[in-house]
Amino acid sequence: MATTTADFEVKQHDSFGLRVQHLLHGNPVLGPLAVLLVAIIAFSIVNARFFSAANLSLVLLQVTVIATLALGQTLIILTAGIDLSAGAIAVFSSILMALFCTDAGMPGPIALLLGFACGTAMGAINGALVTRIKLPPFIVTLGTLTIFFSLNSVVSNSETVRGTDMPGLMTWTGESIPIGSFRLSYGSIIMLLLFGFFAYALSSTAWGKHVYATGDDVEAARLAGIRTGRVLFSVYTVAGLLYAIAGWILIGRLASASPNVGTEYNLDSITAVVLGGTSLFGGRGGVIGTLIGALIVGVFRNGLQLSGVEVVWQGFAIGLLVLIAVSLDQWIRKVKT
Amino acid sequence: MRQPSRLVAAAGCLLLALAGAACNRGGNEEVVGLITKTDTNPFFVTMKQGAQKSADQLDVDLQTFAGKVDGDNEAQVLAIENLISFGAKGFLITPNDSKAIVPAIDRAHEAEMLVIALDTPVEPADAADATFATDNFEAGRLIGQWAKAKFGRDSGNAKIAMLDLNANQVSVDVQRDQGFLEGFGIDIGDPGRIGDENDPRIAGHDVTDGNEEGGRTAMENLLQKDSSINLVYTINEPAAAGAYEALKAAGKERDVTIVSVDGGCPGVDNVANGVIGATSMQFPIRMAELGVAAIAQYAKDGTRPQNTAGKNFVDTGVQLITDDPQAGVEAKDSAWGKQNCWG
Repeated sequence: MATTTADFEVKQHDSFGLRVQHLLHGNPVLGPLAVLLVAIIAFSIVNARFFSAANLSLVLLQVTVIATLALGQTLIILTAGIDLSAGAIAVFSSILMALFCTDAGMPGPIALLLGFACGTAMGAINGALVTRIKLPPFIVTLGTLTIFFSLNSVVSNSETVRGTDMPGLMTWTGESIPIGSFRLSYGSIIMLLLFGFFAYALSSTAWGKHVYATGDDVEAARLAGIRTGRVLFSVYTVAGLLYAIAGWILIGRLASASPNVGTEYNLDSITAVVLGGTSLFGGRGGVIGTLIGALIVGVFRNGLQLSGVEVVWQGFAIGLLVLIAVSLDQWIRKVKT
Repeated sequence: MRQPSRLVAAAGCLLLALAGAACNRGGNEEVVGLITKTDTNPFFVTMKQGAQKSADQLDVDLQTFAGKVDGDNEAQVLAIENLISFGAKGFLITPNDSKAIVPAIDRAHEAEMLVIALDTPVEPADAADATFATDNFEAGRLIGQWAKAKFGRDSGNAKIAMLDLNANQVSVDVQRDQGFLEGFGIDIGDPGRIGDENDPRIAGHDVTDGNEEGGRTAMENLLQKDSSINLVYTINEPAAAGAYEALKAAGKERDVTIVSVDGGCPGVDNVANGVIGATSMQFPIRMAELGVAAIAQYAKDGTRPQNTAGKNFVDTGVQLITDDPQAGVEAKDSAWGKQNCWG
């Protein structure tokens, strides 16, 4: 990890706080990583059961769907947008895939690809509304969130589609490979591969650079010759596809497709992004931070539950973490150049 | 700048269309309202169908409304205001917020309506003229008694996971949880509070939001806490299905008994295929039919519904469903359940 801190120099006589500030400014992932490690160490001390391969693999399993959603959410937040419809697209796509199998009698692969296409199309609708009609992303996705969840209820009659009625491919993401007592599900593997791919795409392709530039200052990016409209549209569309993949992983986790889950997924995915150090103001952050952010939430929920903390206080703790993360982000941005 | 005027024209058309639809009311039939928590939950969808059937038979005009999400009080207040302006004779309501809905109900009373709380009581309960509901404490007690009989001599070695609804201690959640524990023979302390028990047989509580995902995550975490869990109480059948997936992933599905409440058709299927050991069936169709009939009766001659003897509400019944019957606990099998389930 070579760090580029070309825009300022750390002086020998700078205070410790300032040094930390500089360090985090150059490596936004370090903050969340420190939080994650401290949390893991703290819970391991409090509860002997926490630090075991079986329990840690459980945390990974529990955050897989949210992390996949948060991956799409990160792309959008990097462009200074926000997507409130993430969970709705995932759940609706999962229901559509399931119904393509059961009601339309399609073979697994076809139903799956069609489901992905539906998710991508929903993302494209968001993208078109944001770029063509120039509506704020918050408003657009607030509208589509409601629309997709309504359609989801209509299409499914609010009834769960059982996994046993679908081809094995649909629930395959829920199966896992044992590595000792660590169990890695295929869903988690897909999620990790996606993170790897997008970490590369953001750091090493022209598209990635354009995403950052658009998020940092859309006007400057446009003047520099970047087609910002296209960049934004591509980000929402790709996010839609990622949500649909999350929907597939969700079917595996539940061994069924349930229309009544995921009402909080939009906020949960934003939480993971924010905790991961990606700035809501756009242009700063990245997907690896988001993966760490999702793991922080998972570790806290699991660890607090194991330590016997009441559910009400679990939510309180995670809310507090978010506020701390955003404050930290603001402090880092004030770095003196 | 021709855009805005076109928009106004479009909006105008839409409003006219809506008004036209609204004017399409039956002529002289009495209006009866049904206000459910949401219109997506199969429980309420079934309730609506039951109410419609009853309304058709009794020749009343049923107007249905629903909140957008669980807890949406505002939409229910709007619905009551609409019913007042329609001159309805009365309505059935499953309150999203038992306390906050009371002022709107008071206004309905001023308009001489009969107000029946369905499934969930309002607070105070006598703010409504009657409550038609499942006895949720009894529903919990039945599965508790069944589990106790099934464990027999081993009931002292039970390790129980309690999968509740959410952190808000809502009445239905509390009643089922406490009823189950009492049925199993555990000292419940304050019957109005989840989690104040200190019996070592309770391995832990977690919340599920009443869906599969929540059920699975909660079960996973409780298993981490105590791997010797052998009995699982669940607030409803989707949570039970999720819990079963967690047990299956841990290879424990054979050694753990799951009990639940609801009696939805997918849940009864799960009783038949061994996922759920026993469930307490509710009867939302009966609930709605009785409710509509009561308002129709009131419209005719002013009679008000009478409570079930010994209870402060009209008990619409609960039935234990299991394919593993235990001595001393009356039950019906899953075949009977299939014929009487809802959803």
